[in-house]
Amino acid sequence: MAWVTPLPDRMSVTNLIYFSSVSEYTHRFVQKLELPAQRIPLRPSDEFLYAREPYVLLTPTYGGGNEGGAVPRQVIKFLNNETNRSLIRGVMAAGNTNFGEAYCIAGPIISAKCQVPYLYGFELLGTSSDVQRVREGLNQFWLRQQQISA
Amino acid sequence: MSTGKLKLIDRVSAINWNRIEDEKDLEVWDRLTTNFWLPEKVPVSNDIQSWHTLNEKEQELTTRVFTGLTLLDTIQGTVGAVSLIPDALTPHEEAVYTNIAFMESVHAKSYSSIFSTLISTQEIDDAFRWSEENPYLQKKAEIILEYYRGDDPLKRKVASVMLESFLFYSGFYLPMYWSSHAKLTNTADLIRLIIRDEAVHGYYIGYKYQKGLEKETQERRDELKAYTFELLFELYENEVAYTASLYDGVGLTEDVKKFLRYNANKALMNLGYEGLFPKDETNVNPSILSALSPNADENHDFFSGSGSSYVIGKAVVTEDEDWDF
Repeated sequence: MAWVTPLPDRMSVTNLIYFSSVSEYTHRFVQKLELPAQRIPLRPSDEFLYAREPYVLLTPTYGGGNEGGAVPRQVIKFLNNETNRSLIRGVMAAGNTNFGEAYCIAGPIISAKCQVPYLYGFELLGTSSDVQRVREGLNQFWLRQQQISA
Repeated sequence: MSTGKLKLIDRVSAINWNRIEDEKDLEVWDRLTTNFWLPEKVPVSNDIQSWHTLNEKEQELTTRVFTGLTLLDTIQGTVGAVSLIPDALTPHEEAVYTNIAFMESVHAKSYSSIFSTLISTQEIDDAFRWSEENPYLQKKAEIILEYYRGDDPLKRKVASVMLESFLFYSGFYLPMYWSSHAKLTNTADLIRLIIRDEAVHGYYIGYKYQKGLEKETQERRDELKAYTFELLFELYENEVAYTASLYDGVGLTEDVKKFLRYNANKALMNLGYEGLFPKDETNVNPSILSALSPNADENHDFFSGSGSSYVIGKAVVTEDEDWDF
């Protein structure tokens, strides 16, 4: 087995944690990003995910109305864990403009709950320009995070 | 009408909601029932004064647009969603389609309630006659009905998603346009409820299409993908002509076409495909987009600004009990 040289610094690391339901919309977006990412498990019987380092969260918004349920319950469960919550640095959300004011609202909800910036929202599977914006944006974001903590 | 025998599901077992095979069925059922509404709850009569600020041509356009939408909702309620039932993979999927079918009938009835509030019986009759005679409206109905009557369950789903996520939007454009000019705002509120429902319908039927695809050979998947894009082109061409027949008189055709292409991409995404039309052809007029969703415009990209411009969310519109903090 070859030795893997550890990264000299964290500059190129964009730590992403995401949720995607069985419809796989958000999963496909993450695949297009081609960035390392961890997925929040779908079923209660699956092994719980613990974040180990600071991360940006990406979640779909469940649609429509003001009746609650915009943030997937798996994401809520993940954030209810104090360690996971302490490591979140920003949030991005997917949605559908058909849901009017509730478009991507999971983003602002989590942002307010966890007091981290709402970074980006996009529709459904995202377009190629969304992929590009998020890839560049995340890199810049982590670079800034590093500068702040330095 | 239909020549073949009525296709019904072969066998019915008592539906057990305590044994769910596909969690999407329950999730979507809950979403749809939570979102349930009736047109009587929307005070469309508050738009009467606003209606009279529209000139005759604008009123006629609005009436025609709504009649076209009524036809599509009628098709989806009485044929489309019902035709999907025999192909369902789970009993709960069947139940969701009955909900979708009923809701489409609610939508169709909503337009009649708008009409009875705003216009005379004579004008209503004229509009319905127009809908029978407009060749493009009739053609889109024919294309979709043909697939609903056909014998390919997955093509039926593709046609259904095209209807839910694409074909309505030449019509939905107009109430969003009026709303962005502070006209017919209550009517627009009602249409937004319909738009919200159609998003869940398109998402769900598209999801079931993709579940169906998983069981198919690569050859058949390729065939269905090619079919989807061919159908989209056929429908798009017809939509462009339909749009021109409605909107040329008020000079809005090009603006509507952007909205069509934007939604065509969303229909494709609901079926699991990448959008077809490039960004510069789908740049919907910002006032239309913001009438649809007030937070949909460029402001959802906070990466662009400097570090200080990162935004922390304020309004918590929805609060769930599940949160522990």
